[in-house]
Amino acid sequence: MSKKAISMTVNGRPVEAPAEPRTLLIHYLREQLDLTGPHIGCDTGHCGACTVDLDGQSVKSCMVFAIQAEGAEVTTIEGLAQPDGRLHALQEAFREHHGLQCGYCTPGMITRAYRLLQENPDPSEQEIRYGISGNLCRCTGYQNIVRAIQAAAQNLNSVPEAAE
Amino acid sequence: MIPASFDYHRPESLAAAVQLLGSLGEEARAVAGGHSLIPMMKLRMAVPEHLVDLRSIAELKGICIEGRAVSIGAMTTQAEVIASDALAQVCPILRETALQIADPQIRNLGTLGGNVANGDPGNDMPASMQVLDAQFEVAGPEGKRKIAARDFYEAAFFTALGEGEIMTAIHFEAPSASHGYAYEKQKRKIGDYATAAAAVILVMEGGRCSQASIGLTNLSDTPLYAQAASEALVGSSLDPAAIDAAVAAAEAIADPVTDSRGPSHFRRKLAGVMLRRAIASAQNRAA
Ligand SMILES: Cc1cc2nc3c(=O)[nH]c(=O)nc-3n(C[C@H](O)[C@H](O)[C@H](O)COP(=O)(O)OP(=O)(O)OC[C@H]3O[C@@H](n4cnc5c(N)ncnc54)[C@H](O)[C@@H]3O)c2cc1C
Ligand code: FES
Ligand code: FES
Repeated sequence: MSKKAISMTVNGRPVEAPAEPRTLLIHYLREQLDLTGPHIGCDTGHCGACTVDLDGQSVKSCMVFAIQAEGAEVTTIEGLAQPDGRLHALQEAFREHHGLQCGYCTPGMITRAYRLLQENPDPSEQEIRYGISGNLCRCTGYQNIVRAIQAAAQNLNSVPEAAE
Repeated sequence: MIPASFDYHRPESLAAAVQLLGSLGEEARAVAGGHSLIPMMKLRMAVPEHLVDLRSIAELKGICIEGRAVSIGAMTTQAEVIASDALAQVCPILRETALQIADPQIRNLGTLGGNVANGDPGNDMPASMQVLDAQFEVAGPEGKRKIAARDFYEAAFFTALGEGEIMTAIHFEAPSASHGYAYEKQKRKIGDYATAAAAVILVMEGGRCSQASIGLTNLSDTPLYAQAASEALVGSSLDPAAIDAAVAAAEAIADPVTDSRGPSHFRRKLAGVMLRRAIASAQNRAA
């Protein structure tokens, strides 16, 4: 089937790249746009490594065709740091609190946590665990991931302008 | 895992979608959230030549509540079902059920209509729809019709939906304000289908159960409306003998397959356990 130019806004930038209708959003991001932050873990919708933000909602980009996201706004882990390279509060907190080991789940985990904190800026531990229940981590045992998200939430709430 | 090639269509009205599905014929499939269809396309268990995406059809979205009459557009997402306080007010079992479907990301795209139209016995919403005695409204080349949730499921992935028909909305009368409800699901982990699950709605009057409705998930090749089990509770005070009779009746119709979730006889017993918990919880919540 022929390729067609598919356009959307990714990390605030308008992009356009050719893809077939069957091209999954994760492949479009990784292979057409060279955004290799979102990972492919399971390819079945279970692990959350491919999580991105689609029109203000967390989704698993291995379960969406790129063409379905035509015209949408997408944010990946690459879009979270400031343009000058300063890390997002969540990225800082994951580093500080040892919220990763191998790092495979981390881009999806942080992108999900980013949206979770927009939906609920002051989540309880239980709400964090439930909120990230679609993201699997094989290394950390989650303890430090939860701590990192709690620390980032606290930080963002004390400096409101850092929330963006 | 890459799906086979297909042509993509995104109509903006129901009429256009019905027209498209009709003209493209049996090689065309509707796609809603895609969270059951895309996995099947990746495995090439589904190889549609055309996908008709329903996401841009505004008339298929939204929750409308008038008194106790509830209508929910088929393209309403599972996350929107959870987020609606007005819906939870009149019919809380749908939020309780939706919260046990998959995980937050899946529920953002997965729709209510897709969950009930799919016909996978593992889907959680159909049992709750049967307990509510919901009607599924569908539109097709021959016009609109309604199908009762209790008559909709024929076998795994075989439903009463005709070729070229689109589910447009789900309608039901919310149970009386004093009703108790529960959806109890045993699963191995978040994002897993039920090892066994039970949906219960009860109405209590003067210490006696005046109405009971029981549904079961993933315990046969279709969702099960447990008529005899429901009747075993009506008229009782929900005493141990009545509950035992309901559990026995539910276990008698459960016919789960042996799979990675456990052997058939284990899953059948678990259906009874889920039902006991759901009855207890519904009784506690009934006014
Ligand atoms: C990792 C994972 C875990 C999951 N866990 C659960 C779970 O625990 N419980 C559960 O219930 N589900 C679970 N699901 C499935 C999920 O809830 C799906 O979203 C749902 O089953 C289908 O809804 P959809 O909108 O995604 O439909 P789609 O996948 O788009 O469609 C499914 C089928 O229904 C048809 N269809 C959809 N909408 C319509 C319509 N309006 N009219 C006519 N036909 C239509 C399609 O043609 C297709 O055949 C899981 C999915 C994943 C990926
Ligand atoms: S790769 Fe998408 S959920 Fe695992
Ligand atoms: S850090 Fe290795 S999978 Fe999470």
